[in-house]
Amino acid sequence: MSKILMKGNEAVAEAAIRAGCRLYFAYPITPQSELIEYMAKMMPKVGGTFIQAESEVAAINMVYGAAGVGKRVMTSSSSPGISLKQEGISYMAGAELPAVIVNVQRGGPGLGDIQPAQGDYFQAVKGGGHGDYQLIVLAPCSVQEFADLASDAFDLADKYRNPVMILADGMLGQMMEPVEFKPAKTQEELEALANQHLSWCICPNADGDAKHHHEINSLELDPEILEKHVNKLYEKYAEIEKNEVRYESYNVSDDNEILCVAWGTAARVVKSAINELAVRGKSIGLVRPITCWPYPYEAIASAIGPKVKKVYVFELNSGQMVEDVKIAVNGKVPVDFWGKLGGIVFTPADIQAKLEACF
Amino acid sequence: MQVIAKRPETLTAEPFTYCPGCTHGIATRLIAEAIEEHGLINLMAGVAPVGCAVFAYKFFNFDMAEAAHGRAPAVATGMKRGRPNMHIFTYQGDGDLAAIGTAEIVHAANRGEHISIFFINNAIYGMTGGQMAPTTLAGMKTTTSPYGRNPDDIGYPIRMCELLASLVAPYYIERVSLLSPGDILRAKKAVNKAIQYNKEERGFTFIEFISTCPTNWGFDPDKAREWAKENMLPYYKLGVFRDKGEEVQ
Repeated sequence: MSKILMKGNEAVAEAAIRAGCRLYFAYPITPQSELIEYMAKMMPKVGGTFIQAESEVAAINMVYGAAGVGKRVMTSSSSPGISLKQEGISYMAGAELPAVIVNVQRGGPGLGDIQPAQGDYFQAVKGGGHGDYQLIVLAPCSVQEFADLASDAFDLADKYRNPVMILADGMLGQMMEPVEFKPAKTQEELEALANQHLSWCICPNADGDAKHHHEINSLELDPEILEKHVNKLYEKYAEIEKNEVRYESYNVSDDNEILCVAWGTAARVVKSAINELAVRGKSIGLVRPITCWPYPYEAIASAIGPKVKKVYVFELNSGQMVEDVKIAVNGKVPVDFWGKLGGIVFTPADIQAKLEACF
Repeated sequence: MQVIAKRPETLTAEPFTYCPGCTHGIATRLIAEAIEEHGLINLMAGVAPVGCAVFAYKFFNFDMAEAAHGRAPAVATGMKRGRPNMHIFTYQGDGDLAAIGTAEIVHAANRGEHISIFFINNAIYGMTGGQMAPTTLAGMKTTTSPYGRNPDDIGYPIRMCELLASLVAPYYIERVSLLSPGDILRAKKAVNKAIQYNKEERGFTFIEFISTCPTNWGFDPDKAREWAKENMLPYYKLGVFRDKGEEVQ
């Protein structure tokens, strides 16, 4: 299939539909509005359901209901809206419901602005809602990857019965790039998807021995049983940490004098700076986490070559992922951080200057 | 031995967790009976609220979801849209539906979702220990209105049937009470009609039950019913606010 020039917001929507998502509930917010608009236009054409919900809170609870009946379902928003969804996300993690949530991040805190930012890392990776739980968090750095991660997100959600967040930003949502889509699910595949969760989801019943009583629920008043339930969740999370860590190693070698760690849009900029400095004989590597949770701790630790003087972390926030990098580096070499705030995206020249100063 | 009364198949053997003398149990049973009478046990699913009926997911003998506080109509919307061949209802109290969940109920009604809502109005938060509800009567004392609800300060109690009847989409809206055997029979008819409309995919149906909370009102069950008749029924008028099924005929 040939490539199409598309905005990230539209590409992720198209990819979700191709992955078999037929239910989408959301509320408009900049800079992700093209996503909800694309779904409004396309869902009726594929026999799917689109509802513009009365609020972010209602949208995520519609997702809870649709995931509870075992169907592929998605919602999307931008930072302030994602904050509103945290209640529902915590309930879905507790009830072990598969769903995909897209966050096209913008500047914060509060109403902030509508420029690209990465200030929701902690919220996505360390909790956000109440209680002990984990989201699987995928961070794309191009329109192509934004689209590719949509189908991966649904597969991971279904495999682990866990909500998955795609953590993008206003740059990736608004930017147009050529994108090549995977083929859409066939009718046969769609039917298989619709029936994959019948062992636990809310679905039509049968009489006699086949009768079931499925509960979609996160309430358990007996502390011993609740503890067991949360322990079971953490056994699942350990399994995810074992199997699903993803990252990109860029220019990583034993010659590296600096190792950078950056994710999403920030990593794109860092790559440009690395290329520019490579021409001048400076060897710098980059590890780009694709899964922000589970986090590639070991990959970062083992990417620290013999000549590396410093691990340099660049983010479009005040320093959030850098805490995970410090855990990964574990004191082996110094860890430095530089970031931009307010929805300002640093330039390759900015990063180049920071890196050059290390030599 | 002849069986003259038994638990409907639509209820599990799980003991109700409602207080003695509370009318929740009657409402729960009426809904279960209607679902059984319409032969929907295998195609029905419900949404339990946060509040006294939080364990409703254990009581009904079919698939159930437990929703976050107030979100049941949104959860029901997602369930119905995801499995349109199933029939969905929510069971909610007054704090859940008329305070924290006001947006969800109004918009589910406004979309005309093909779901049934069963709304228990006992003018108080029961589960959390007797706090003021959006439906608490003017002057009524609760733990968070210890000097009596003052409408100048906190507003008048919300009449949900009247509010929802201002919308175009809802198909059937009725307020019934559970305060006497006659009222319970009338409530049974209303519940049956809501389930019948639900089965026939007519649209959004809403039944409000005027109920009692002997525990938090501080009355015995008889006194609670008398108090509700004297104080609640004049403000919350019983009757049909919308019935598009009757209009057609």
